[in-house]
Amino acid sequence: MTEPPLDSKSRLLPILVLLAAIAVWSALWLLRVFPESVFPSPWAVAKGLGEEIRTGRLLSDLVASLFRVTTGFLLAVILGVPAGLWLGRHARARYALLPTVNFFRSLSPLAWIPFAILWFGIGDRPAVFLIFMACFFPIVLGTLAAVANIPSVYFRVAQDYRFTNLEMLTKVTLPAIAPQLITSLRVTAGLAWLVVVAAEMIAGRDGLGFAVWDARNGLRMDLLVAGMIVIGFIGMVIDRVIMRLTRIQSVRWGYEG
Amino acid sequence: MKDKPLCIENASVKFDAIEVFRDLSLEISRGEFVAVVGPSGCGKTTLLNLLSGFLKPTSGRVVSSGRVRMVYQHDSLFPWRTAEQNIALGLRDLNNEGKRDRQLKEMLQLINLEEFGAHYPHQLSGGMRQRVELARALAGDTDVLLLDEPFSSLDYLTRLRLRRELVRMLKELPRTVVLVTHDIEEAAQLADRILVLSDRPARICRELRMAVPKPRELTHPVVVETVHAILAEFGLEQK
Repeated sequence: MTEPPLDSKSRLLPILVLLAAIAVWSALWLLRVFPESVFPSPWAVAKGLGEEIRTGRLLSDLVASLFRVTTGFLLAVILGVPAGLWLGRHARARYALLPTVNFFRSLSPLAWIPFAILWFGIGDRPAVFLIFMACFFPIVLGTLAAVANIPSVYFRVAQDYRFTNLEMLTKVTLPAIAPQLITSLRVTAGLAWLVVVAAEMIAGRDGLGFAVWDARNGLRMDLLVAGMIVIGFIGMVIDRVIMRLTRIQSVRWGYEG
Repeated sequence: MKDKPLCIENASVKFDAIEVFRDLSLEISRGEFVAVVGPSGCGKTTLLNLLSGFLKPTSGRVVSSGRVRMVYQHDSLFPWRTAEQNIALGLRDLNNEGKRDRQLKEMLQLINLEEFGAHYPHQLSGGMRQRVELARALAGDTDVLLLDEPFSSLDYLTRLRLRRELVRMLKELPRTVVLVTHDIEEAAQLADRILVLSDRPARICRELRMAVPKPRELTHPVVVETVHAILAEFGLEQK
């Protein structure tokens, strides 16, 4: 099943793809396939990006967006993981609440935007609320599923070795769900990053989502694309950061056969 | 009482309509190695669950004194703990850290895995993992060891090897042992006494005492004879 490791040359492949994409983009621009007013050139975008960095606007937008994502996501984790653990242990509560949790998980967080603005106005709070709504339910379900998957023999063993109830939680349940939990945190953090952009477009006065929207209103296609590039790039970075957690020795078992 | 760490008196176990045991009585002496064989589904594991206290009998009495530990079929090591950390679970009650470290080293030596202490279970072979399980259960002051088909998931040669190792370990650290197995050779090679269970509701339909000292060769005449006697009991060989 495992593929042979790549040689050092193959590691350059993604960069090659990137260069090819820029070449296609340049060609489209040079051939004027789209009107110039709605299709910026790579160099205009690079210049726009430089401008955004120099004026400090990019940094402050980035900080604003990251703050919202971190706050909303952490709130969802702090409340969602215990909720999932609790539901994982209580069959009746699970039976009662699972449909509700599934309902809200299936409801696009963007549908909450009108209420987010009506209840929380403009700025950090509506964005944090939307991110929370986007992340909380998938985290509850992810935790719940992970708890349900713990082999019961682990609890038997814990009983044989006289674990206390607290130890059952901290030394069996939590380490047992850690690999699956990390995977579901990766997915939800990605979701949070998608939602913050949408939230800021409508309910923001700063942040990367607002920057993109503002660029469109000002017909600055170069800044719009610069914003998109930064958004995509930061999303990748967030994923990489959380993926680092999978390298912790005591969770490797969950990813290796 | 002291000499009979495990004792079942007229115990019956029923799961709804299924009667697993009816009036089962059994006494196991200190230091004795008892093997329980029987057709699959006859309640061998249920018997261990009774002895460990995990299951209460529907009627009758089960008395077990001292510290009882169970070794499961497979994959009961905590995968997030290294071999060493898993074995250390068996030494949880030792408060003296120096003593604990020393015993941990001794256990790793006993199972010949000194170099693998820092490995996680998924990095070990099936045989190594079962050795770690045995070490975890043997570590500390255990009195009774309940073995639930501990070698059944291993290949034949590894199984033979681990039988020898179990005999050696028990020489060093004597315990009262109840082994549940469907492997008749295993029972004949390891046990001081073999209990043959009947179909449900299970009762002890034959009791065989093995006087040959251990380690016993698989081809020792008494072992072969015992295997034959048990197979005959199940109607698989001529009496």
